[in-house]
Amino acid sequence: MAESASIHATFSRPRWLTAPVAAGALIVLFWAGVALTVQWWPIDDPVAFVGKRLAAPSETHWLGTDALSRDVLSRTLHGAQHSLPIALVVILSAVAIGATLGAIGGFLGGLADSAVMRLVDITLSFPPILLAMAVTASLGPGLWHAAIAMIIVWWPIYARLMRAQVLAVREREHVEAAVAAGASAPRTLFAHILPLCWSPILINATMDFGQVVLLIASLSFIGLGASPPTPEWGQMISEGAQKFYQWWIAFGPGMAILSVVLGFNFLGDGVRDILDPRTQ
Amino acid sequence: MYRYIIRRLIAMPLLLLGIVSIAFLITHFTKGDPLISIIGERQMDNPIVIAAAKARWGLDRSLPEQYLIYVGNLLTGDLGTSLRTKQGVGLDLLQRLPATLELVVAAMLVGSLIGVTLGVAAAHYRDRAADHFARLFALIGSSLPVFWSGLILLFIFWYTLGVLPGPGRLDTRSMAPPYVTGFYTIDSLVAGDLRIFAESISHLILPACVLGWAVMGIISRLVRASMLDVLNQDYILAARAKGASEPRVLVNHALRNALIPTLTIVGFSFAYLITGAVLSEAIFSWPGMGSYAVDAARNLDYPAIMGVTIVGGAAFLLTNLVTDIAYAFVDPRIRFG
Repeated sequence: MAESASIHATFSRPRWLTAPVAAGALIVLFWAGVALTVQWWPIDDPVAFVGKRLAAPSETHWLGTDALSRDVLSRTLHGAQHSLPIALVVILSAVAIGATLGAIGGFLGGLADSAVMRLVDITLSFPPILLAMAVTASLGPGLWHAAIAMIIVWWPIYARLMRAQVLAVREREHVEAAVAAGASAPRTLFAHILPLCWSPILINATMDFGQVVLLIASLSFIGLGASPPTPEWGQMISEGAQKFYQWWIAFGPGMAILSVVLGFNFLGDGVRDILDPRTQ
Repeated sequence: MYRYIIRRLIAMPLLLLGIVSIAFLITHFTKGDPLISIIGERQMDNPIVIAAAKARWGLDRSLPEQYLIYVGNLLTGDLGTSLRTKQGVGLDLLQRLPATLELVVAAMLVGSLIGVTLGVAAAHYRDRAADHFARLFALIGSSLPVFWSGLILLFIFWYTLGVLPGPGRLDTRSMAPPYVTGFYTIDSLVAGDLRIFAESISHLILPACVLGWAVMGIISRLVRASMLDVLNQDYILAARAKGASEPRVLVNHALRNALIPTLTIVGFSFAYLITGAVLSEAIFSWPGMGSYAVDAARNLDYPAIMGVTIVGGAAFLLTNLVTDIAYAFVDPRIRFG
């Protein structure tokens, strides 16, 4: 390790910036860029009928066309505009709800803590996909209903993480000092405990982002998420499964999901190395 | 430790009740009217049909009443009646259990065989190319949407190469072997029908590989971590000093001990298995509990959705309990918090 460290030092590359982390960051940046700008790209309209039905990949349609003669590449790229914002909303909401309840439970203890943690235990007792399916089916199929279902599935994870952090930080000496110096309870929590609690949540949120994208696509594939003609990845793969012999219909969206999930996984490793020195 | 186990056991019924209550609440605070899926939209302006259907399915009672009736029925093993199959949900699930179990066992076999091999190789070649390859291969498995990888593999091995059969547990014209266990591979052997046996195995390969690849990641990571722990211990050094060959050290000395903590893998990979089973059954037209759940959700068959969710939750709860207790026995260092 010593030799390789000195070699790396000459390039003055930060330790966390490994090839996978860089690749993950690039993939995530690419898809974020696509999601933000794809409506101005000079490509076909994702819901317009262009050319022949079920045409194989060619120079004009790099990933071919689907059963309604829509351009698969354009639909794949536009899919980022559905999956990524929804995943972002799901993660942010789940973190907001979970971190708040977890912090309250961990800080106050007693009845509030027990109530929150029992709810967490019960929610985490469900296999995620079954709970998400049940909630979405009950709300009625739709992308935003699927998003609500996923928030319900994911918040307990962050509640647990936050509670554990708050419990650990609460015992530290600087908190004791703050309390002894007369800091009020809210001030102790917000100024002295919470700022030290975010690392595990940030690490997990990055890793989970890809899993959320995967679950949205799964729900859409089952028919509970996006509905036609929305160019959503899971929905497109479901259309591809019906036109099985035309492999290119499902190829683009599948690769898109795979790259996003891998990208966030790699990026999450980097975030962990930065925030959690113990893992190095 | 026994106090820990007893405490976990006491919590079980409460958690089960929580699962049932939440599943009930979710499926009853619904925007969609379950009546539509019972009697169809055309009958919705016929008050006589509506009243009859409400009485038949207990929808004329208040919500707390419905809840108490449901829980009471559950205690007698009655999971309600599916709106779609018009059959008891419990019976539906029981009939589909063997197909799912057969798939899951086959997938665990594939996943642990390759996963353990990858884990051992990754630990042995730590931080070298093989380690990185093993990690990437496993990571891709857990990042792939199984409903897509299944589709691609079907396209390659069934449609293009023609070496493996298409979806389903058997060829469409084949008859299922006489029922003994519900596992076609075992039942066909019991019946002495080798052709059906070969057919059921070949039908299992693709779904088992797809699902096995999805759980391989967690298995190989656990084995790798556990192997690294063991390889650093003195008795490994002693074995090497005595001149034991490297494969012998790895398999006979290290792996045997490294596998003990990873025996609880089944528990850890259960969540992946369920997710994977639901989706791969859907793509492989596998007549198991996963495709039942998908059909129930697609057709808004609320009693079936509720039944599947409760059974899935109970199974998940039980696996976690067994895993945690087994883990506590295996690793005495574990704290009983």
